[in-house]
Amino acid sequence: MSERARAAVLSTVAGVAAGWLALALLVWIYGESPRDVAAQLLSGTWGMPYGVGQVLYKATPLLLAGVAVDVALRAGLFNVGAEGQLAVAGLAIGTVGAGLGPTAPGWLAVPAVVAAGALAGAAWAVVPALLRARFGANEVISTIMMNRLADAGIGLALAVGLAIPGTVRTPDVAAGARLARLDSFGLTSLHGSAVSVALPLAIVVAVLVAGWQARSRVGREITLVGLSPTACAAERIPVARRLAGAMILSGALAGLGALAPVLGYKGYFESGLGAGAGFGGIAVALLGRGHPVGLLLAALLFGTLEQGGLAINARVPMEITTILQGVVIVAVALADARIRAALVGRRA
Amino acid sequence: MSVLEQILGATMVAQTLRMAVPYACAGLGGVWSERSGVVNIGLEGMLLAGGLGGVVGHVATGSAWAGVALGALVGAALAAAHALVVVRGRVDAIVSGLAVNLVAAGGTRFVLRALYDSSSNSPPVEGFRTALLGGGSGAALLVRTLVDPLTLATAALVAASAWTLGRTRFGLRVRACGEDPVAAAAVGVDVGRVRLAAVSLGGAICGLGGVALAYDQHQFQSGMSGGRGFIALAAVILSGWRPTRAAAACLAFAALDALQIVAQDRARAASGYVVQMLPYAATLVALWLIARRRGEGSIAGRPPAGLGKSVD
Repeated sequence: MSERARAAVLSTVAGVAAGWLALALLVWIYGESPRDVAAQLLSGTWGMPYGVGQVLYKATPLLLAGVAVDVALRAGLFNVGAEGQLAVAGLAIGTVGAGLGPTAPGWLAVPAVVAAGALAGAAWAVVPALLRARFGANEVISTIMMNRLADAGIGLALAVGLAIPGTVRTPDVAAGARLARLDSFGLTSLHGSAVSVALPLAIVVAVLVAGWQARSRVGREITLVGLSPTACAAERIPVARRLAGAMILSGALAGLGALAPVLGYKGYFESGLGAGAGFGGIAVALLGRGHPVGLLLAALLFGTLEQGGLAINARVPMEITTILQGVVIVAVALADARIRAALVGRRA
Repeated sequence: MSVLEQILGATMVAQTLRMAVPYACAGLGGVWSERSGVVNIGLEGMLLAGGLGGVVGHVATGSAWAGVALGALVGAALAAAHALVVVRGRVDAIVSGLAVNLVAAGGTRFVLRALYDSSSNSPPVEGFRTALLGGGSGAALLVRTLVDPLTLATAALVAASAWTLGRTRFGLRVRACGEDPVAAAAVGVDVGRVRLAAVSLGGAICGLGGVALAYDQHQFQSGMSGGRGFIALAAVILSGWRPTRAAAACLAFAALDALQIVAQDRARAASGYVVQMLPYAATLVALWLIARRRGEGSIAGRPPAGLGKSVD
C-alpha cells in the first residue's frame, strides 16, 4: 500500500472509531447500556436478511450521491447541492414515469425515467456550474441556494398540478418503469426490504465513472483542473468547460440517486422522498476517497447507521445516527489534516 | 379592510419585526464569522441549538432571562467548536459547517427526547409575554413586539456589531484576519484567537435568534429553524458582508414572510411557494453580480479576501 492509501485507511478507521465512541457516550448519557444498543444496532441491520436488504436499499442513493459529490470534488468543486438535485430528479422520475401511461413497456419506460432523473439533476446543477465556470462565483453558496429553491420549487410544482389533488404525491408510475426488487430474483430471504436492481446499477455507475476518470481524456483533464487550474489553463485545457462539465455531471449522477426510492421502493414520488441522501452523499464522498470501493464501503456504513437508527429507536432516539454522521465526517477530516501535516513535516 | 390597508397596517409591521429577529441574529452571526475569514454554513444548526438551549434554560429555571443566557451560550459553544475544528484542526469549513447542522439537527431531537420524552416539541414556555399588553389588535401586537426584550436586543446588536466591526480595535483585527490573515499574523495579530472570538461571538448572537424563535412560538419544535439559517446566509451575501445591510436584507425577507401571513386568506398555496423562492433567487443574482464585478477594482460588497484562507 502506498503511503497515501495507508494514511487514508488510518484516518478513516480513526473517524469511524470516534463515531463508535460518540455512540457509546450518547447511549450511556441516555441511560442505556452501550453494549446492548450496539448489539441491537448490528443485529437489526447485518444480523437478519431484512435488515441487510434495508441497509443495501439505503446505501443505494447514498452511493450515487457520493459518486456525484466525488466527481465534483475531483475538479475542486464542492457540490453541496446533491440534495436538491436528487429531490428534483425524484419529482421528474415520478412525473415522467406516471406520464408514460400504464401500458408502457419496460424497454421504453426504464430508459425514459433514467434519462429524466439524470437530466433533471443535471439541470439543477447548470446555474451553479455556469456561475462558477464563467464568473468564478462560489459554488457552495449557489448550490445551497439551489437546494432551497428545489424545496420550494417542488412544493410549487406539486401544488400546481403534478400531484394527485389534495396530496403531495405524484400518481403511480407505469408498471414497466418500476425497478424490480432483488427479492423477486430468488433472493427470497430479502423479502419485504426495498433493495432493488438500482443497487447493482449504482455499483456499475460508480465503476464506470471511476474508469472514465482514470482513462478518458476529459475525465483526466477534470482531475488535473482540480489539482491546478492555472497550470491547466497554461496547457490550453478548457478549464471553464471542464469545471462546468464536472458540476453538471455531478448533478446528473445525484439525480440517478432518486431512482431507488421512487422506482424501487414507492412507485411514485412524494414530498420529502429521498431527503437526506444528498447530504449523506457528501459524507460518503469524504470517506470514500475517490475510489469506487471506498465509496461503496462508505455508503454501506452510512446506510447501516440509517437503518440501525430505526432498529434502536425503541431504546434510544434514532437521531443519534444523525449526530454520528456529523461526528464521523469531522473526525475523519481532522485525522486527515493531522496525518497530512505529519507527512509534510517528515519530508521537510 | 382592503389588501393595501392590511399591508400598510400595524399587523404587517409587527409581523415583519417579529420574523426579522431570528433572521437578523443569524445574519449577524454570519457576518461576524465570515468577516473574520471563517465560512459559516452552520448558522441553521446554531439557530436550532440556540432555540432549544433557550427553552431548556427557561423550563429548568423558570426564568426567561436564564433561557436567553443558555441559548446564547449553546450557540457560542457550537460556533466555538466550528472555529476550533476549522482554525486549529485545519478542516474545511464547509465540512465542519455541514457537521454542525447534522449534529444540531440530531442533537436537538436527542435532547428533546432525553429531557421531555418527545421527539417533536418541548413543554410550553412563557417567554417574555407581558400581561399588561394583551389584546389581539394589530396595534397591540406591534407594541408588544416593539417592547420585546429580544427585538430591542437585536436592534442594539445590529448597531453594536456595525460599530464594533467598523470602529474598534477588535473589529479592525477581525477584519484584518478576514482580509489577509498572513499580513495580520505578520503584524502580531493572533489570527486563530481572533477568529475563535469572532466566530463564537457570532454563534452567541445566532443562538439568541434561536431563543427569539422559540419564545415567539412559546415552545421548541424539532426542526423549527426551517431554513432560516440559510436565508440569513443569503442576507449576508446580499449585504456584502456588512451588518447593517445584512439586517436590512433580513427585514426585507421578513416582510415577505409577513406578507404571506397577513394575506394568508387571499393567497393561494402556489404564490406562497413563489414568495419562499425569492430570497434564494435574489442571492443567485447577487452572486452573479458580485462575481462579474470582480476585477473592476470595486471593494464594496465583495466577500472578505481572506475568507477560507489560513495563515500558512
